[in-house]
Amino acid sequence: MRHGQYRFIVGFLIVPLALYGVFVISPFIQAFYYSMTNWTGVSPEFEFIGLRNFENLMDDSLFLKALRNNAVLLAVMPVAVILLALTFAFLLNVGRQGSGGGVKGVRGSGFYKLAFFMPQVLAVPVIAVIWAVIFDPTPTGLVNSVMRRLGFGSSGWLADPDLALYCVLWVLVWGSVGFYLVLFNAAMSAIPRDIFEAALLDGAGRVTTFFRVTIPLLWDTIQTAWVYLAILALDVYALVAVMTAGPGGPDNSTQVISLQIAQNGFQFGRAGYASAIGVILFFVTLIIAAIMLRATRRERIEY
Amino acid sequence: MTVTTRTGDTGNPTVSPAAPSGQDRKPGGAGDVGVNVFSHVVLIGWSVMVLVPFVWALLASLKTSREIFGSPWSLPEDYQWSNFADAWDKGVGQYLLNSIVVVTGGVLLTMLLGSMVAYVLARYEFPGNRVIYYLFAAGMMFPVFLAIVPLFFVVQNLGMLSTYQGLILVYTAYSLPFTVFFMHAFFRTLPSSVAEAAFVDGCSHSGVFFRVMVPMARPGLLSIGIFNVIGQFNQFVLPSFLSPEKPVLAQGIATLLASQRYEGDWGALFAALTIAMVPVVIVYLIFYRQVQAGLTGGTLK
Repeated sequence: MRHGQYRFIVGFLIVPLALYGVFVISPFIQAFYYSMTNWTGVSPEFEFIGLRNFENLMDDSLFLKALRNNAVLLAVMPVAVILLALTFAFLLNVGRQGSGGGVKGVRGSGFYKLAFFMPQVLAVPVIAVIWAVIFDPTPTGLVNSVMRRLGFGSSGWLADPDLALYCVLWVLVWGSVGFYLVLFNAAMSAIPRDIFEAALLDGAGRVTTFFRVTIPLLWDTIQTAWVYLAILALDVYALVAVMTAGPGGPDNSTQVISLQIAQNGFQFGRAGYASAIGVILFFVTLIIAAIMLRATRRERIEY
Repeated sequence: MTVTTRTGDTGNPTVSPAAPSGQDRKPGGAGDVGVNVFSHVVLIGWSVMVLVPFVWALLASLKTSREIFGSPWSLPEDYQWSNFADAWDKGVGQYLLNSIVVVTGGVLLTMLLGSMVAYVLARYEFPGNRVIYYLFAAGMMFPVFLAIVPLFFVVQNLGMLSTYQGLILVYTAYSLPFTVFFMHAFFRTLPSSVAEAAFVDGCSHSGVFFRVMVPMARPGLLSIGIFNVIGQFNQFVLPSFLSPEKPVLAQGIATLLASQRYEGDWGALFAALTIAMVPVVIVYLIFYRQVQAGLTGGTLK
């Protein structure tokens, strides 16, 4: 045991742990406590009301609508992003698979990765503002002018209660594909090339190699990607808050859980109720991650 | 984009001669060129889809409001540089200053505290080591929205709402999990022989950290540092609740959009967007390898 080791360890950990405890751990624990009170957030007094907030939530049509919208995002967004990212990763690698074991990529793959990744580094409000204007509902709007040239009519997009949520969905997919492309690409280049060479020597074509070799070897990464995307779909806030009118969209068509937490907690003076929604969000996240990791468990392949 | 469009010559020059003779599969040749042309068409299509909105936003910052909505696809008739002056007058200068102060403080503190924790957890055995590690790792998974209401009151009780120090401390606390996670993996890979030699020479524990390990960890610190600069510069959720009176740039953009819905000065809004976008894009273009490694590194582990 070296001299003064424990003093050093404590000295290094104490400040970061205190900071983390005050601003991260304690609010998380408090949220569970407040979820069982009728605290308004304004008055210092409140009562413990057990699970009544949760009972009320089950009759709250706005909350149920938010839950349904998050469910739509959760069902479509992760799958769409993963399929697109895998397709692009395949296309990036297919050209050179014969020579480089699927790691070198087609000409210009560096540029494609650079471009596709771009939305990931910009602030969500920036993206939200750009798309809010692109989806301008007037006939001369950017998307509408393209649609009319292609022979379709104009739509209201974000102003149309039937379309608004799908516009949000599209922007989410558009912004996330690049990140997962880079992620899958990095995982692919970690696969040793002799596996590809063996497959090619056995006479497997590129498409077969991709589906029979690459995808199974990427399964762990795909699974992680799905969990992260699911969390993104459940957590979406800035996009909806900035991009859709209200916020929450026409006829609350883009209402989401996080927006409900913000509105109840900071506008309607229902801090306890908002915390209860937060607790539900926490358990939904936890359950989805657990189910997914369990359902997709496969033999882990070591190489 | 011009570099990438030359699809005609992307056949596999090395495959055809190297292919085992007498095999009937078809490496190279016309099939390859077809596949490659198809790949590039799809990939260029998506590149256009990703890049056009940004290019369009940059151009819109030099247009009048009427041009932005009336003729969205045309180039600006006169370059409206005054949009930038208008944006500055609407508070963008102050928002930018707030962002710079908070991100500078936040990233420096995150890097210092994050690498201290990561180093101790990675290189020292002591009871509770794993517990502390998982405490930080768990912070990456929890939804921020669960904590946002109580967090508001924690910050309020400390008298730190809408202050630089409040945002710096909160940003640091919420950046620690990923920073610790990433640097923990990095410190584990560093060889211990140099540290051993320093100990033999009578260097203290903290001396070894600051004078030996931190310089050796520079590539990792650069990746996660840039990741934190971009992440904290783009932070929107935390400041919009914790700093309503002192908005950072991302927040200011959202406020400007809300007010343009009745003011109608869209040129200034896009000028503000450009001011928010350009620094990040420049950092990204210079450091894109580190950015991509930093962002995807944690997910891969």
